[in-house]
Amino acid sequence: MSAPSQDVATRNGVFVRALIYALLIVFAVYYLLPLYVMVVNSLKPLDEIRQGNMLALPQQWTIAPWLSAWSTAQIGVSPTGLKPYFLNSVLMVVPAVAISTVLGALNGYVLTKWRFKGDNIVFGMMLLACFIPFQIVLIPSARILGLLGLAGSVPGLILIHAIYGLGFTTLFFRNYYEAFPTELVRAAQIDGASFFQIFRRILLPSSGPIIVVTVIWQFTNIWNDFLFGSSFSSVDSIPITVALNNLVNSSTGVKEYNVHFAGAILAALPTLIVYIVSGRYFVRGLMAGAVKG
Amino acid sequence: MLRKLLIGTMLGSALTAGYAASTYAAGGSVEVLHWWTSGGEAAALDVLKKKLESQGVTWKDMPVAGGGGEAAMTALRARVTAGDPPTAVQALGFDITDWAKQGVVGDLGEVADKEGWDKVVPAALQNFAKHDGKWIAAPVNVHSTNWVWISKKALDAAGGKAPENWDELIAVLDKMKANGITPLAHGGQAWQDATIFDAVVLSLGTDFYKASMIDNDPAALGGEKMVEAFDRMAKLKGYVDKDFSGRDWNLASAMVIEGKAGMQMMGDWAKGEFLKAGQKPGSDFVCIRFPGTQGAVTFNSDMFMMFKVGDDKKAAQLTMASDIESPEFQSSFNVVKGSVPARTDVPDTAFDDCGKKGIKDLAEANSSGKLFGSMAHGYAVPAAVKNAMYDVITRHFNGELDSKAAAAALAEAVAAAKG
Amino acid sequence: MADTTMTARSAAANPRATLQDLLPKIVLAPSFAVILIFVYGFIAFTAVLSFSGSKLLPDFSTWVGFGNYVRLFNHPNWIVALKNLAIFSILYIVVCSVIGLALAIFLDQKIRGEGVLRPIYLYPMALSFIVTGVAWKWFLDPGIGLEHVMQSIGWESFSFRWIKDGKMAIYTIVIAAVWQSSGFVMAMFLAGLRGVDNEIIKAAQIDGASTLTIYRRIIIPLMRPVFLSAFVVLAHLAIKSYDLVVAMTDGGPGTATWTPALFMQKFTFGRNEMGMGAASAIVMMMMIFTIIVPYLYSELGGKKK
Repeated sequence: MSAPSQDVATRNGVFVRALIYALLIVFAVYYLLPLYVMVVNSLKPLDEIRQGNMLALPQQWTIAPWLSAWSTAQIGVSPTGLKPYFLNSVLMVVPAVAISTVLGALNGYVLTKWRFKGDNIVFGMMLLACFIPFQIVLIPSARILGLLGLAGSVPGLILIHAIYGLGFTTLFFRNYYEAFPTELVRAAQIDGASFFQIFRRILLPSSGPIIVVTVIWQFTNIWNDFLFGSSFSSVDSIPITVALNNLVNSSTGVKEYNVHFAGAILAALPTLIVYIVSGRYFVRGLMAGAVKG
Repeated sequence: MLRKLLIGTMLGSALTAGYAASTYAAGGSVEVLHWWTSGGEAAALDVLKKKLESQGVTWKDMPVAGGGGEAAMTALRARVTAGDPPTAVQALGFDITDWAKQGVVGDLGEVADKEGWDKVVPAALQNFAKHDGKWIAAPVNVHSTNWVWISKKALDAAGGKAPENWDELIAVLDKMKANGITPLAHGGQAWQDATIFDAVVLSLGTDFYKASMIDNDPAALGGEKMVEAFDRMAKLKGYVDKDFSGRDWNLASAMVIEGKAGMQMMGDWAKGEFLKAGQKPGSDFVCIRFPGTQGAVTFNSDMFMMFKVGDDKKAAQLTMASDIESPEFQSSFNVVKGSVPARTDVPDTAFDDCGKKGIKDLAEANSSGKLFGSMAHGYAVPAAVKNAMYDVITRHFNGELDSKAAAAALAEAVAAAKG
Repeated sequence: MADTTMTARSAAANPRATLQDLLPKIVLAPSFAVILIFVYGFIAFTAVLSFSGSKLLPDFSTWVGFGNYVRLFNHPNWIVALKNLAIFSILYIVVCSVIGLALAIFLDQKIRGEGVLRPIYLYPMALSFIVTGVAWKWFLDPGIGLEHVMQSIGWESFSFRWIKDGKMAIYTIVIAAVWQSSGFVMAMFLAGLRGVDNEIIKAAQIDGASTLTIYRRIIIPLMRPVFLSAFVVLAHLAIKSYDLVVAMTDGGPGTATWTPALFMQKFTFGRNEMGMGAASAIVMMMMIFTIIVPYLYSELGGKKK
C-alpha cells in the first residue's frame, strides 16, 4: 500500500502543493455546500427560512425540526415521525444485501474458477442486468410477486432487491476473483477439496475488500430505493425512503422545509455512516479488483 | 312530541345499529392508499380514521406522496397487477373512470342508495364517482380552482376595489406594479400554469370553456378565442417576477402573505397557507373568483375510489364510504382542508367567509349548469390529453411559443393524445 | 442452461464426480434463471407492450404497430429529451471523469487530511436525491440562493440564474449530477492510481522524465480500464437520470429539461400512455445496449481463457 507517486510528489514545488491544497479545499466546499444548506436550514424556525437567506446561520437556533422529523411529524394519518420506519428498512435491506452478496460471490467464483463454454456470454447477460431501467420492470414484477403470493410483503421486497442487485454483485466478485491465482484452486482440487470447501477456505478469506465494496454499493442502492419500496411494500413494511418522501412531498399542504431537511439527514444517516466509516476500505476494495473492468 | 322524537331517534339508531351489527360490525379493516401526508390534510384524514376505529374498523395507512398523486398511482398499478389492491384509493377525475373501465373497482350502491347520495352530491361529481350507473367512489370534498387570493393591503394601495372583469384586473395589476411589488405571485410549474389557464379560458365564457376544455372541439382549441386566451396568459406573465420558474405554489402564497406580491391565482387549498400564517379572510386577504368567472366554478374533487375486495372486507369498505359522506365528516374535514363539502346539504356554519362563499358559489354553479371539471386537475379530460395541454400551455408561458402557434399546437397535441 | 446437458453425458461414470462437475452450474443456474426472467423476459414484455395501444395497464387487445414509435419521434418533448440527454451525458461523463481523475491525482500526492477529504468527496453518492435535490434547487434559485447571497454581501452585479432559463437549466442539472457522482469516480481513479506499479515510475524518473510527463505518458494511459469502468457506470447513470431532474426542475422551465427517463416515467405512469412509455423504454434500452455491448465485447471477447 505504499504510495507509488510519493517520489513524484516530493519533486513538486511548494507553490504547486499549495495550489493542490487550495483546489482540494475548493472541491470540498463544493461537495459540502448542499449538506451545509440542509443542516443550517434544519436548525432554523420556519419563519426564518421563509424570509430568505438560506446560506445564513440561524438567528434563532432550534432542534425542534429534528425532534419533529424523528418522532412527531405527520407521515401518513399518524404523527409518528420517521422513527418506526427505520426498522422496516433494516429488515428489508440486511437480508437483501446478504443474499445478493452471497450469490454474487458464488457467481463470481463459478465464472472465474469453474469456467465452462459460454461463461462469458452468461456473465455478459448478467452484467447487462445492471442497466435496465427499473420503471419498466415494475408491472411484470408485480405480476410475478402476486403469483408467488409475495405481493406487499417483506420477503417480496427482499426478493426483488436481491434479483436486481445480482448484476452488480456478480460483476464486482467476478472481476475480483479474476485476479485471484487459479493455481491455488487447482491445487486444492487435486488435494480433493470440494467446490464449497475451496470457496470457503481459499477464496472467502481474502475477499474482505470486495465484500466491503459490494455491501456498501448494495446497501446504499437498496436503502435509497423509492420505486420498489412504494410499490411492493405493505402497511407494516413501508421503508424509510417512502416515509421520507411522504414527509417532504405533500401536495397541497404546508411545507416545513426545516423538518424536511432534518428528516433527509436522519434517513441518510445509516448510508452516511457506512460511507464514512468504511470509506478507506471502499477505495482499497475498488483497488483490489472492482475497477479492473 | 318528545316521545315521537325519541322513538324516531331510537328507531334511527336501532336501524343504524342493526345495520352495523348485521353487515359492518364484523370489524375488519380498510387499507387506504393516499397522498395526504402533510400536516393539515393528514390530520384531517385522521378524523376519518378515528371515526372508523370507533366503529371497530382498523385503518391500515398506505401513504405514497409525490407528483400530485403520480407516485401513488404508480404504486396502485403494481398493487392491482399483483392482485392485491387496497380497499380505498385517493384518486382524481378521469383516473377513476380509467380504473373503472378496467373492471377492478367495487360497488357502493348498497350504502349510496340507502343514504341517498344521488340527491345530495352534485351531478358533475357523480359523473366521476359513478360508472355505468354504479357508485364506485366516495367524494370527500370539492376544491374550486378559479380563485384569486389578494393581499388586502396591496389591494387597498391599488384602489381597494376587487376586480370584477379582465380590464379591472389588469388595472389593479398595473397599480400594484407601480406600487413596487410583484403584482402576481406564481410558481412556474406546468400544473400551476394550467391552473391559471383554466380560469383564463373560463373568463372568456363558460360555453367556450366547455367546448374547448371538456368537449375538445378542434375549432375551439385552435380558434381565435384560444389565441386570445393565450394572449391573456402572455399578459399575465408580464406581472410575475423573474424568478417564478419552478417555484412551489406555497412559496408563491408566502409572497402574498408577506406583502411582497399582490395576488395569487390558485385553488382554495392556498387558503390553508394564509390561515396558517395567522391571516384573516376579509381583513388580511381577500378571496374572489377569477375576474369574469363569478357564477361559474371549475372544480377538482378528491375522492376515495373503492376497489373490489373480498367479502370479509366489504363491510368495512361500506362503513368507510358511509363515514366519508356523513355531513359531520364533510364539515370537519373541509374546514381544515380549505375545500367545501362534496354534498350540497352540509351547513356552512363552521366555515370562514371564503369557505361560505365557496359553498354558495358551488351550489349556484351546480344549479345553473356552470359547474365544470377543472382541466388542470384532471376533471375535464383524461391524463394523456391533460398533459398534452400542459406541455403547450407551459411552453407558451415560458416564451417558447407565441399565442397563435400555441393555439395551433394545442389543437394538434390534443388530437395526437386522443389518438 | 444448455451446458447442463453437456455435462450430463458423464453421469453414468461416477455419480459423485458428476455432482462435483455439475455443482458450479447448479450454483449459477438460479441467478441466471432469475435474470433471464426478470431482465430479459421483462424487456421482451416491454417490447411487445410498445406495439400495443396500452393505456392505464398492459392491454394486449389493441395493436398499433409502430404507431407508438412514430408518435414518439414526432413528440416535441421526446426530441427535447434526446437533445438534453446528449448535452447532459457528454458533459456529465467528461466533467465527472476530469474532476474524478484530477482529485484522485491530487489526493495521491501524500496529502495531509486525505482521511477527511475522501469521505467528503464520496458522501453525496450515499444520499438520495429526494431531498438533496431540494437543497440544490434552493441553492441555484436566484431569489434565495447563490445570487441572492452574493448580492446581499455587496456584489450587486452578480447574476446566476441558469435554473430559471430554459436554455441553461439543463446545465444546472449537470452541476448537481456531477456533485453526486464525481466523488465516486475519484475513488475509482484513486484505487487505480494506487495499483500502478512503482517500478515503472521509478524507471521513468531515472530517465529524467518530469512529473507531468510521467502522468501524461505513463500513469494516465495505465488508467484505461478505470476510464472504461467509469464510463460504463456514468453512462448508465446518465441514461437513467430521473430523480434529480424531478427534484430540481421536474422538466421545467416549460419542457426545457425533459430527459428520456423522465419521459418514460411520465408517459407510463402519469399520462396513462403505457404503450408510448414502453416505446420510449425500448429506445432507451437500445441506447444503453449500443454503449455497453461493444464495451463488454472488447472486455470479454479479448481475453481468451
